[in-house]
Amino acid sequence: MKLDVLDRLAQLGQFGLGHVQSLGRSGIFLFLAIFSRAGFTGRGALLIRQLYNVGVLSLIIVTVSGLFIGMVLGLQGYSILIRYGSEGAVGQLVALSLLRELGPVVTALLFAGRAGSALTAEIGLMKATEQLSSMEMMGVDPLKRVIAPRFWAGVISMPLLAAIFNLVGILGGVMVGVDWLGIYEGSFWSGMQQAVDFVDDVGNGMVKSLVFGIVVTWIAVFQGYDAIPTSEGISRATTRTVVYASLTVLGLDFILTAVMFSEL
Amino acid sequence: MMNSIPTGERHSNESRSDSFVEIRGLTFYRGSRVIFNNIDMDIPRGKVVGIMGPSGTGKTTLLRLIGRQLLPDAGSIVVDGQDLAGLSRDQLFVQRRKMGMLFQSGALFTDLTVFENVAFPLRIHSQLSETMIRDIVLMKLHAVGLRGAWSLMPSELSGGMTRRVALARAIALDPEMVMYDEPFVGQDPIAMGVLVDLVGKLNQALGITSIIVSHDLHETASIADLLYLIADGEVIGSGTPEEMLNSKDARVSQFMQGQPDGPVPFHFPADDYQHDLLWGINET
Repeated sequence: MKLDVLDRLAQLGQFGLGHVQSLGRSGIFLFLAIFSRAGFTGRGALLIRQLYNVGVLSLIIVTVSGLFIGMVLGLQGYSILIRYGSEGAVGQLVALSLLRELGPVVTALLFAGRAGSALTAEIGLMKATEQLSSMEMMGVDPLKRVIAPRFWAGVISMPLLAAIFNLVGILGGVMVGVDWLGIYEGSFWSGMQQAVDFVDDVGNGMVKSLVFGIVVTWIAVFQGYDAIPTSEGISRATTRTVVYASLTVLGLDFILTAVMFSEL
Repeated sequence: MMNSIPTGERHSNESRSDSFVEIRGLTFYRGSRVIFNNIDMDIPRGKVVGIMGPSGTGKTTLLRLIGRQLLPDAGSIVVDGQDLAGLSRDQLFVQRRKMGMLFQSGALFTDLTVFENVAFPLRIHSQLSETMIRDIVLMKLHAVGLRGAWSLMPSELSGGMTRRVALARAIALDPEMVMYDEPFVGQDPIAMGVLVDLVGKLNQALGITSIIVSHDLHETASIADLLYLIADGEVIGSGTPEEMLNSKDARVSQFMQGQPDGPVPFHFPADDYQHDLLWGINET
């Protein structure tokens, strides 16, 4: 019985140490990938290719989701605010919800599911098929050649995708609120204009999406690089990317919101 | 057939050690399993060295240790006078440019054509013009008989063709040492003959040090200057192919003659067969 308790304590310690080690490895990994000199030409072309893979290919899911979320916000906002005769504030509601929270957070969650999982699977498969090893043996550092362009592409793409999500979401709100439900267009836009502060709302939302871009891409590329090079290992790493990235985004969102928008 | 690329000054052999790779007291574990137990090896400069042994004895692991993709638990590996364990990450990548490695799987980049795969190290490490790169790539592909396949993607190649493209890529920069991991597997008799000839010519024409891990005894023995036989975590024999074929050592003789019975076990270590069948597998 006593031994069982000790065993469990040892297992818990091992679990904790394993996670701390993994965190340390991922920190060194990120540092080496982004702060060391590339030492080869053609970095621009590699980055552009990854911007296409990570950013452009995520556009459809982001725009479609943004449109529907904006439409739902318009509909829900209208159904509640009409009771108080304040349906003109729907524009304000849609814009602030999207710019402050839903834009950065939902885009990050979609980004983790679409681009993050693809990054992990791609890098994991490159590891499993010895492509990373062969690169190392050719004197090319895969951290610089494979990881760094993907990381920067994710960091650059995320705020742009969030901006597009916000824009399309607001258009969705307009479609439902103004075009369908007949809210007066002037009050819809003027309410939005008065309520939204560029630095506090747009700026802070962009900062959030930049932070989420760094975290999600970091998790995705590290999980791929650290994956056990088997089918099961890559499958687990891909799942971990989506789970860890989603939970981290939601947790960080609370912290960032508390720092940015709290009146305390 | 082969060409030489100006990849840097090649030093005269007199000024350096006779061994391109010196392994001393190498010990390596995978989990609790001993892969190498305090082994010493010398890979002479400019020679073809065959490393042989039963499956699972760590021959590929040895190549990865020499390339410092793995770190030994004890002992040292000195490549061209440099102990790779003491190098920084950037220094290590510079040192690796002296080595080429042919991976068992080929390890071609799946998003690049055959041509671009072979051109990859040239584009990274040389300042050659596009015309020069094209000529070198075509010459390397011609050497392995796949010039006509330059536009194919790796997914369109057979296993044997993949390995030949990988060989062309491994020798693209004319490295000082090439490590071949099972180069002859999956090759038809014609391709096999050409590859054996090619490895020999690379060694003779350019003085490239070659380490060949292979189970193809006759092919390897036909071009190797020196053979090492590894089993049970130790070097159980070394010498010229003739010395090894005529060895009186029971373990060496068993492997070289391909005999099923002898001191080198065919089976992976296991409990009693009868016990496992009658009473089940002991999982502890």
